[in-house]
Amino acid sequence: MNADFSADEIAFQEEVREFLKKEFPADLKAKVDANIRLSKDDMVRWQKILFARGWAAPTWPEEYGGTGWNHTQRHIFATEMGLYGAPEPIPFGMKMVAPVIMAYGSEEQKQKFLPDILASNVWWCQGYSEPNAGSDLASLKTSAVREGDHYVVNGAKTWNTLGQYADWIFCLVRTDNTVKKQEGISFLLIDMKTPGITVKPIVLIDGFPEVNEVFFDDVKVPAENLIGEENKGWTYAKVLLTHERTNIAGVARGKRRLIALRKLAQETQDGVGGAMIDNASFKKRLAEVEIELQALEYSELRTLAALSVGKAPGPESSILKIVGTELAQRMDEMFVELAGYNSLPYVPEQFEEDFDGEYLGPGTTAAAALTYFNNRKLSIFGGSNEIQRNIISKAVLGL
Amino acid sequence: MDFSYTEVQQMLQDQVQKFVQKSYDFDTRNEIVASEAGYSKEFWQLFAELGWLAVPFSEQDGGLGGSAVDLMVMMEEFGKAMLVEPYTATAVLGGSLIANLSDGDQKETLIGSIIGGEVQLACAYVEPQSRFNPLNIETSATVQGDSISLSGTKIAVENGGNADKLIVIARESGAATGLDGLSAFLVDASANGVKLTAYTSVDGRKAAQVQLDNVQLSAGDRVGAAGAAGEALLQAIDKATVGVCAEAVGALESLLAKTVEYSKTRKQFGTPIGSFQALQHRMADMFIECQLARSIVMMAAMTLDSQEDAVEKTKAVSAAKSRIGKAIRAVGQEAIQIHGGIGMTEELDVGHLFKRVTALDIQFGDGEYHTERYASL
Repeated sequence: MNADFSADEIAFQEEVREFLKKEFPADLKAKVDANIRLSKDDMVRWQKILFARGWAAPTWPEEYGGTGWNHTQRHIFATEMGLYGAPEPIPFGMKMVAPVIMAYGSEEQKQKFLPDILASNVWWCQGYSEPNAGSDLASLKTSAVREGDHYVVNGAKTWNTLGQYADWIFCLVRTDNTVKKQEGISFLLIDMKTPGITVKPIVLIDGFPEVNEVFFDDVKVPAENLIGEENKGWTYAKVLLTHERTNIAGVARGKRRLIALRKLAQETQDGVGGAMIDNASFKKRLAEVEIELQALEYSELRTLAALSVGKAPGPESSILKIVGTELAQRMDEMFVELAGYNSLPYVPEQFEEDFDGEYLGPGTTAAAALTYFNNRKLSIFGGSNEIQRNIISKAVLGL
Repeated sequence: MDFSYTEVQQMLQDQVQKFVQKSYDFDTRNEIVASEAGYSKEFWQLFAELGWLAVPFSEQDGGLGGSAVDLMVMMEEFGKAMLVEPYTATAVLGGSLIANLSDGDQKETLIGSIIGGEVQLACAYVEPQSRFNPLNIETSATVQGDSISLSGTKIAVENGGNADKLIVIARESGAATGLDGLSAFLVDASANGVKLTAYTSVDGRKAAQVQLDNVQLSAGDRVGAAGAAGEALLQAIDKATVGVCAEAVGALESLLAKTVEYSKTRKQFGTPIGSFQALQHRMADMFIECQLARSIVMMAAMTLDSQEDAVEKTKAVSAAKSRIGKAIRAVGQEAIQIHGGIGMTEELDVGHLFKRVTALDIQFGDGEYHTERYASL
């Protein structure tokens, strides 16, 4: 048993590092380091750089323009990206809808949609949750009624992340009311420009409209936008959810934040002549977080090793989701603790790119509380941590 | 032993509850937060008429007795409604400093105008390097003949932008973090050399950063004796800390009530989510946290009122703030989690309560700080 990389893998790691140093734009790096939100244009620019290098889709097979990397290479790539602060591509197209299209879409659908996802020409968003269908997703009510060569869609989707930027939305819709709730759901792709669609922003507690409600009012969708068979959408969606839960541990991002936390602790005065890094209680808790991160990292590597020998990603990925998100939230608390009074001013403009005023508080401390607030979402979305614990108790422990 | 409220306390509680129910709903609060002053002058006058601004002062000073338990009873109700009026800054922190340090005409006039609702105060003591140690003050007061010159930087000055007078704590002598040598000065925000940057806090209150650059004062602007403000500052902060602890208890009770209510109405998998045992136990834990928080704040308030020993008082206050800090995280985070996505939205009051209690945790030192302070006493 060993966790060492081979010589080839080490060479690959070097290659990724070199690439990031050279190609991740300095202005974006500066924004990431200063906690400034990346714009849609920033994201697309970076994704197109990855595309040009042939690295846009580490998880795709080569036949669709993916890298064809094995699990270890993907891990190395994701780790280096996370450590450097380079954002992963927006997942909705690349990691969510694309695998479903590949697995269940028609040849026409693959040709129509996959190249534009790969090249970041089209921005996708997700239409799953509804006001009354959250953790109980299968109870969704948005309906699609077949009329000749199209469906007529009516209903409302919510918690739609960054839908304000989106060109297309993939939706779970109800096509049969008469059967068990999971068996009457279909998977539909919808052009956001179709008449009858309204996007209403939802402002979150950090003040940013990160998510939306999307309303469908007699929206006509060509029948050719149905993925696979009618009423099989739930099966397809479950495949997608498994993909959503891989690489969710965020170990590399965690390591990067731990470095930032330690740096901030060195810079933060304790009020009695020293620095917070020497505060015994803080130091102990920082060590606890670092230890937890190692336990998480090796849990992820174990999952990776299992995948490498051909095992399917199982319910163990729920562990990574739970521990990864809760650890990130613990670090949020420690950033707030260090920032103290400096985390209290609410000046959202200073996290936008055109801000030219005077910063309140040193460095990025003013972002600490807002990040703490925003990241409470981590344990709610992507299948809440309660749902993940249900999965473990049912699927793993057989309870 | 008697844990019941006196008639006056009962009346105070009823009054605040009635006011909040009638005039201070969530929408009204949001309008007040969005207004330029960030508090309602009309309500402030009402607080004066109802005698609420007199609560922190002794009868001798023209107040209602100055009991910490009275303050607790009232501020718990403030907390439930997330009141943003600068009660702590003006009446408790500012008021206590004036009451403890000032004398003669200056004292009578100032306390009279606080109780009458005619003056807004802000206490400028926190500095960039001081973290939660109120005695770590570098702002200097230098006497030059008849005048005194103030220079330094103050942060987290609650109500700074609205204050008619800033009470600036500055060092006239003594060691960098020593109790001796600190003086309090009344400074006009409009005085030469004062640069004030006002902002809104994450929890909807108004605060400011203040730069003092050779601000010229006279000896008459000093409150109390030169270099003798340290003890009064600590006492004022301790009293205000009990107040914000009570505020937090109220806000946590609100979070618990709203979460339980939501769990009874929100249905998933064909049943209210409150019927799931996993969630029931967590709400039971929230309830336990709220009860322990309430108990320890009562302990602290009663200790402030009855204990003679200064160290015992300080220990009681730190014990309360430390334990409340734990409750704030536990109850605040669970309330959001059990609400799910809707708890993350600006539209619902739950997220605002969460932000308020997070800010209350930081104000006057977070739980970790107070645990250490307790251990050191």
